Amino acid sequence: MGDGISGLPGRGKGINETGIGHPALRLEDPPLLRGEGSFLADLNFPGQVHMRVVRSSAACGRLVGLDLSEALAAPGVVAVFTGADMSETPLIDFRQVGYDELRPYLQPVLAQDSVRYVGEPLAAVFAVDPYLAEDAAELIWPEIEAGEAVLESRSPLAISAMTLRADYGDVTAAMSAAHRVVELTCEVGRHSGIPLETRGLLAKPSGGGLEIYGIAKVPHYNCATLAAMLHLPAGSVVGREGHVGGGFGVRGELYPEDVLVAWAALRLSRPVKWVEDRWEHFLAANHSRDQVYVLRAAVDEDAVIQAIDAEIFHDQGAYVRTHGATVPSLSVAMLPGPYKVPSYRAACHIRLTNKTPAGTYRAPGRFESTFARERLVDAVAVEFGIPPAEARRRNLIALEEMPFDRRTETLGTRVVYDSGDYARLLGRLLAHVDYEALSESLSQRRANGELVGLGLGMFVEKSGLGPFDDVRVTRLEDGTVEVCTGAASVGQGMETVIAQIASEVLGVGYSSVRVRHGQTDLIGRGLGAFASRVTVMTGVAVYLAAKRLLANDVTGGSVEYTFNSDHMTYPYGAHAAVVKLDPGTGGVEIERYVVAYDVGRSVNPMLIEGQIVGGAAQGIGGSLYEEYRYDSDGGPLVTSFMDYLMPTAENQPPVEVLVSEDAPSPLNPLGLKGAGEGGTNACGAAIAAAVDEAVGCPGAVRTLPLSPERVLSLLGEPGSAVGRRGASRAVSARE
Amino acid sequence: MTESSITGLLESDCKTRLRLSVNGTERTVEVEPRRTLADALRDDCGLTGTHLGCEHGVCGACTVLIDGNPVRSCLMFAVQAADVDIRTVEGMASPDGTLNPLQESFMRHHGLQCGFCTPGFLLLSEAVLAARPDIDDAELREALSSNLCRCTGYQGIIDAVRAVRDAV
Repeated sequence: MGDGISGLPGRGKGINETGIGHPALRLEDPPLLRGEGSFLADLNFPGQVHMRVVRSSAACGRLVGLDLSEALAAPGVVAVFTGADMSETPLIDFRQVGYDELRPYLQPVLAQDSVRYVGEPLAAVFAVDPYLAEDAAELIWPEIEAGEAVLESRSPLAISAMTLRADYGDVTAAMSAAHRVVELTCEVGRHSGIPLETRGLLAKPSGGGLEIYGIAKVPHYNCATLAAMLHLPAGSVVGREGHVGGGFGVRGELYPEDVLVAWAALRLSRPVKWVEDRWEHFLAANHSRDQVYVLRAAVDEDAVIQAIDAEIFHDQGAYVRTHGATVPSLSVAMLPGPYKVPSYRAACHIRLTNKTPAGTYRAPGRFESTFARERLVDAVAVEFGIPPAEARRRNLIALEEMPFDRRTETLGTRVVYDSGDYARLLGRLLAHVDYEALSESLSQRRANGELVGLGLGMFVEKSGLGPFDDVRVTRLEDGTVEVCTGAASVGQGMETVIAQIASEVLGVGYSSVRVRHGQTDLIGRGLGAFASRVTVMTGVAVYLAAKRLLANDVTGGSVEYTFNSDHMTYPYGAHAAVVKLDPGTGGVEIERYVVAYDVGRSVNPMLIEGQIVGGAAQGIGGSLYEEYRYDSDGGPLVTSFMDYLMPTAENQPPVEVLVSEDAPSPLNPLGLKGAGEGGTNACGAAIAAAVDEAVGCPGAVRTLPLSPERVLSLLGEPGSAVGRRGASRAVSARE
Repeated sequence: MTESSITGLLESDCKTRLRLSVNGTERTVEVEPRRTLADALRDDCGLTGTHLGCEHGVCGACTVLIDGNPVRSCLMFAVQAADVDIRTVEGMASPDGTLNPLQESFMRHHGLQCGFCTPGFLLLSEAVLAARPDIDDAELREALSSNLCRCTGYQGIIDAVRAVRDAV
């Protein structure tokens, strides 16, 4: 990488420098660096109108009136539509993990006669200029008879939509036979992905159908669904993915505003553009997390967990959106993590409240369940008086047990850990931080009055969700290669990774490989980019297609290939955090953060490190800073970046990354596992444990995020390091 | 009222004609007094490299340089930008497309993923290094905390700016 480059990375380099395993510079970068990206807001078409959504200001109530007269008379206004105009449009269906029990709670595109959260779309104004659309929208004052908002998933007033369950082994027998039963309740606050580019969509009528810009994540699914909802012929809605300013699970799902834009473009027979503002994003884009865990573990005399009994409360918010029960399903299926846990029973209650609806966010159901499970393992360590690392070692699934049938199911697949040497990875992490010496030095510092602590978190991730991926690989006359895929880019670097894999097989520099994605008319079907699936599924499809192309040995030849996979791959990892608390402010400083992650095989180490560091920043944000809060009427207290704090360059610690390739996946010929979510997964777990130790009260941390307020309250407990010091001062004063 | 009459009304009654100097080129635009500089750059000048991430002055994606100082273009009206020198991301690379040292360093150190915050960080970094070529690491972190990035965890961004600082 040492030579000078001028915009086109990899040009003139040997193939071996751009194939699998090399930290090749990104093909995506030059236009983005020059400001030549093509994000949704950058696009305009002649005759377009701009949409502004009128939203509910009440969390709950009956929509009594919507006076549109002033808005309709406002300058530049072309149309105003309400729920009455769209009463025939279907509710927005599940994309995955749907259940009939959840169907009554699907969201309408525009509210009909009731509202269920602040921010719910009530009407949409279309005007020739975005400023004028916003002016007119402000002239509409919805009349709402407010009801009583429900803001707590455990409230008896919260609608209990359904309960998802998992059950294997004999939990009841294990509980009766247990040497000790360890119990705890803990909860993760509500936060979300918050990509820096807000959502947006532009729909342009075209030949009886629509061209859709701003589409992301799952272009084929969204286009097919829009066509069905709007009674258009299949294939007549064409998705044109441009640059996407971050996904994280949140962006790219089919939202009410997306359907509105497409519907209005047909109704008005002109292009319709909508760019969400940040206020709307906080109110309207999917929230996530917000789960409560009530856990019991049956533990034998060797501190080995024989059973876990889990009751989980999931705050779904006001409606069930495209993700259906994805997050609860993952919480239930992945909770046992890297440990043997011979018996397991879980019930996750999906509860509806009057908050913005929830969906997935990076490591969905795992950030939460890892936090809960690792709190439990830490509690076991305390109960048995053994170090946290030792409690983990005694419970980890052994290398010889692989592949390991977890005996749970999620996303239509049985969870079977494909490969892994968990103890070895833990060993790597502990050796890297010099666990004994570090623990000793922190103990010394605590003795000197500092509030410092070390915490660990271990986890199993999932990646490479199938069931298929199609690609077309073509060798063009000029020697370059074109890869066409139904996967999508959300800014993660997939073009580079896919080009590296093609480069490896075909013997061309990776900058000679053009990767085309997110264009629904270029390839018949595609599943998009989610669940850390692209490198595994698309990467392997490209690898096999390229091999076949090579075997055919025709210039100008083209190969179409489908890679099928019924099972996910399971990368795994361990985090370590060292924190220092400020007893005055309750602030948590992360002195050191380490992520060890096994990805099976690394295609581009630089990009994997980037995924892990960026993922850790998001996990740290959710552990310390980020939280959607509400007032008692369901009014959101977070509507701007002044209320929603995210990590910055100043408070984000340098993350030390240890990537290993101990356990290639046996499920694909490259051994690949995904790298997108391991940086986020165990942040809450590791930081909570570190704060526990710093506070001096084992098991004290039960709630994330660890805001200064919560940390001060922990430090105020009589048993805390500060509390004990206060008590001893009081004693010496009396003496 | 028809759309064309509205447009006419806006142009004749509400809009101000002004000259903007952007990346050394003079451009004439007609804007309402309330139009933000960011919108004028993006929609009236066609310079869409300046991105809007929050429109309330926190994220810094819309950072441009005004007479060399980093400014949130979402918090400034276009009419306030007459008679100043505006620099946007489109003015950073050479006319032949060669990336400038900061742009190249961001690529080399993986200082971007989705690229949405990148123009703002590039211009902020340029201003910081111009004002403080020997800025130390802690101060650099503090200066870069002016802007938000949601993808990188900042490590690549900090490494990229540090490398340019150290190369001087």
